[in-house]
Amino acid sequence: MSHLDLLTFARGSALNWALVLFAAGVVLRLFEILGLGRRPDLAKPRPDSPGSGWRTIVMRSVPKADTLKRDAVTYVSGYTFHIGLLVSIFFFAPHIEFFRSQSGFGWPGLPSALVDALAVIAMVALGVSLAHRITSPVKRMLSDISDYVAWAMTLLPLLTGYLAYHHLLLEYTMMLALHLFSIELLLVLLPFTKLFHAFSLFISRWYNGDISARKGVAS
Amino acid sequence: MSATLEKGINAFKEVIDAPIASFFSSCVRCGMCAEACLFYTETGEAKYTPIHKLEPLRRVWQQEYTLLGGLGKLLGLTRPVTDAELAEWEPLVYDSCTLCGRCSMICPVGNDITYMIRKMREGMAASGHAPQDMVAATTRAITIGSPMGVKWPAVQAQIKHVQADTGIEVPVEREGADYLVLMSSMEIINFPEYLSALSRIFKQAGISWTLAQDAFEATNSGIQIGASDLAGEIVGRIVVAAERLKVKCVISPECGHAYTALRWEGPNLMGRPFGFEVKHILEVLDELHKAGKLKTKGKDQRPLTYHDPCQIARRGGVVEQPRRLLSEVAADFREMSDAGVMNWCCGGGGGVSANSRADSLRLQAFKVKKSQIEATGVQTLITACANCRIVLEEGLEHNHMKVEVIGLTELLAEYLVEDNSTPVPSPAGGRGLG
Amino acid sequence: MKHAQQPDILPGTVGEGLAQRGVTRREFLKLCTTLTALLALPPSMAGAMAEAISKARRQSVIWLSFQECTGCTESITRSHSPTLENLIFDLISLDYHHTLQAASAEAAEHAREQAMKDNDGKYLLIVDGSIPMGNPGFSTIAGISNYDMLMETARGAAAIVAVGTCAAHGGIPRADPNPTGAVSVGDIVKDKPIINVPGCPPIPVVMTGVLAHFLTFGGIPELDAQGRPKSFYGETIHDRCYRRPFYDQGKFAQTFDDEAARQGWCLFKLGCKGPVTYNACATTKWNDGTSFPIQSGHGCIGCSEANFWDAGPLYKALSMPVSATTSMLGAAAAAGAAAGVAVTWHNRSTKAAAKAAHEKMTVQELSREEK
Repeated sequence: MSHLDLLTFARGSALNWALVLFAAGVVLRLFEILGLGRRPDLAKPRPDSPGSGWRTIVMRSVPKADTLKRDAVTYVSGYTFHIGLLVSIFFFAPHIEFFRSQSGFGWPGLPSALVDALAVIAMVALGVSLAHRITSPVKRMLSDISDYVAWAMTLLPLLTGYLAYHHLLLEYTMMLALHLFSIELLLVLLPFTKLFHAFSLFISRWYNGDISARKGVAS
Repeated sequence: MSATLEKGINAFKEVIDAPIASFFSSCVRCGMCAEACLFYTETGEAKYTPIHKLEPLRRVWQQEYTLLGGLGKLLGLTRPVTDAELAEWEPLVYDSCTLCGRCSMICPVGNDITYMIRKMREGMAASGHAPQDMVAATTRAITIGSPMGVKWPAVQAQIKHVQADTGIEVPVEREGADYLVLMSSMEIINFPEYLSALSRIFKQAGISWTLAQDAFEATNSGIQIGASDLAGEIVGRIVVAAERLKVKCVISPECGHAYTALRWEGPNLMGRPFGFEVKHILEVLDELHKAGKLKTKGKDQRPLTYHDPCQIARRGGVVEQPRRLLSEVAADFREMSDAGVMNWCCGGGGGVSANSRADSLRLQAFKVKKSQIEATGVQTLITACANCRIVLEEGLEHNHMKVEVIGLTELLAEYLVEDNSTPVPSPAGGRGLG
Repeated sequence: MKHAQQPDILPGTVGEGLAQRGVTRREFLKLCTTLTALLALPPSMAGAMAEAISKARRQSVIWLSFQECTGCTESITRSHSPTLENLIFDLISLDYHHTLQAASAEAAEHAREQAMKDNDGKYLLIVDGSIPMGNPGFSTIAGISNYDMLMETARGAAAIVAVGTCAAHGGIPRADPNPTGAVSVGDIVKDKPIINVPGCPPIPVVMTGVLAHFLTFGGIPELDAQGRPKSFYGETIHDRCYRRPFYDQGKFAQTFDDEAARQGWCLFKLGCKGPVTYNACATTKWNDGTSFPIQSGHGCIGCSEANFWDAGPLYKALSMPVSATTSMLGAAAAAGAAAGVAVTWHNRSTKAAAKAAHEKMTVQELSREEK
């Protein structure tokens, strides 16, 4: 099997299966969560509450000053990583073509050099996160093997993408195939790991905001 | 009948709902909740990380309500939750959590950890893993009618004092009154000023109100220990009295969890919406003030600060009212850092102050409050929760701080303009005591 | 020899042929300089190469064409330095090539047999086209199956050059579902050095360059893992493409006739396979260095890569999935939903059972009996 064959497999059957498992997994998990339902709240909610589930979905991304001061490492590395990752995923021109193929529409990309720099920053931030996870007593206590696996699964697509782009370590076609395989692994496992927060976070924030908003608090 | 592990696990299964499933699914183990929790920030001990306190509940969720976890359970890959484990978690769930809700405000993925701890306590209580002191308090609340064992004669005695001091009649069992006034045991025993202040303010405002003989106690140990059946029984007393006396509104006193119990949990515990309103005393006072029925004269010249009780502010939505009221009577009001919905807990909410085992930890956690108060430079601290008040006083004394703690209602009464021409409401329909 | 011999020209050599056709030494040196450049040798090698080639006997070459389209031959006729004429008349003795040779039928086959006999162990075998293994009758020459002819001719060859993607990798005949059971030369010949010169067709100067290297050094050039000369296949089209700066700036043509396309922006989004295609098109170009596909406005289709025909649609960007997935995703989501409904049903039963098992609590039940 030549490298191009491997790439064709990665772009073909492997990608199809990964996407299928991803879509099925995400829908399954959403059912699993929402299907449990919740009892209707019989307490009369406060009228004209400043909060709402939707508000918390957005505003929860803004750090609270006190917590930011207490744990700047988590906030800064977390923010940096997520921005780098999202820009790399959604604003690298070849990636946009993938989304166009799936959704039928695209959007303008950013210069490769900029995306490249952000990907590097994201990887550095991931490194910092790992170091912090290992050294912080709280994080170390909370972590089990799945947290380190999720970390590696997140790093791999960034790393292989970077290596492919710069023609490092392995021949480009091969590295591109590995890049795709790493993404496929991520897609398949995402619904069943903590990485599912990419979806469930909106549900969690909405519930949080709604629970608070009924009491007249914007959370 | 006895508490069993089986009952506990059963309760866990019963309380897990869509919000909890989404919260556990979203947690990325970032540990940020630790930074919001005074038990962690003041001790530096990782085990006090809020989300960690939920680990047994999380495992039950994973094993019972997720496909992969279910498979794991089937294949024997996961350990079931044991009694030993719940015993280990008991101090984490009860001693080091005041249900203050601060972690729920900062969790980046939006997990309402407090919501989960409240639900987890259902299983802890059902499995016999609630602190002995809280079990005793709940037992007293159910059998005697008050967690501190206060009975109606004690209230009668206080009414007598108030009437003697103020010359105002305290209405009891007055059917058709607009407001049913409740008190917390704490106020009955330690802070008689509350009833006196309320009588004067209501007289001035021309409010028709009443106390109920069989429903004077507002506190609810059932929600603190996490026994909804018992909490419902306690709330039920108030609901029955309110309906019997046909009041329009029940006033929750200066007590945090009493407000949560009655206002937010009450209808859900009873399984039906209330036909009357439930308001915190600060909301009522604010309304009177807005309507021009609460007139004050002069201002307190002492520098003052206000401690937001968690269940009133963050978990209750009463934030602006105390500030509006304070602006009328305080010449030098100073906000604490993180005031309002992000305020730090006194350390004694959620049943912690009722749990003597947690005393030293609670005093350790008080350090954050201490530094907050010190930063304002005041010697007078206003609050609106009798439990906060006791805990604050104890913490201040422990730290040899000369700071006086005053209830907001009481402070307002000090500056009340008393127009003696207003006739005392006639006792028609009720009977005065004394 | 009919004309006056130059002292340093040996009879029967390339040098003799050049002299006969009136090619000056200057012209020949120029040719050698071009070849050294192509082969990535230092320019100082040009003289040595000229010397070596002049003294060498004209190399006997047998060219076999199997399942092919004659595109490779068409391509080599457009070689410019050296030209095909240079090649045939000056450098090699093309003893058999059924498209180019004048002889036909038995005379043609006889020429092949004669060359094999005369130059046993020394002739160079060039193959274009794939070999059908499904049925010998799929492709025959003079009644001989391609397989038999290849094996017979390969036996006495010094080396084999598999020109074109068909000979090197199986090419289009091998494309799914490969009805003839086509294979590459390398798939069946295992005991001879094989130089793969893929491309559909290969760049003519790449073919002639490889021949020149063989003539000069009497051996095969440095090859990569796929048997391709590193000097021509060491880098991707994308890395050497003059449109690369546009890729890096994120400037792409969206259609073949938009303003961006007219401005010469990158063709990645139009399906260019330059990033995964190893060939020299972007540097040597075609037709005497005139242009190459990307320069004329069309993306690279990756024709020199093995199985390029099955590597996804030509006009889909490399980052797009090979096959349509949208409908599959709908089905997958439906399957997920069905599983979700089943899990939810199970979860709700669990919860209902827990609720049913719940008996109203009394204060006594807050404690353990044994406590």
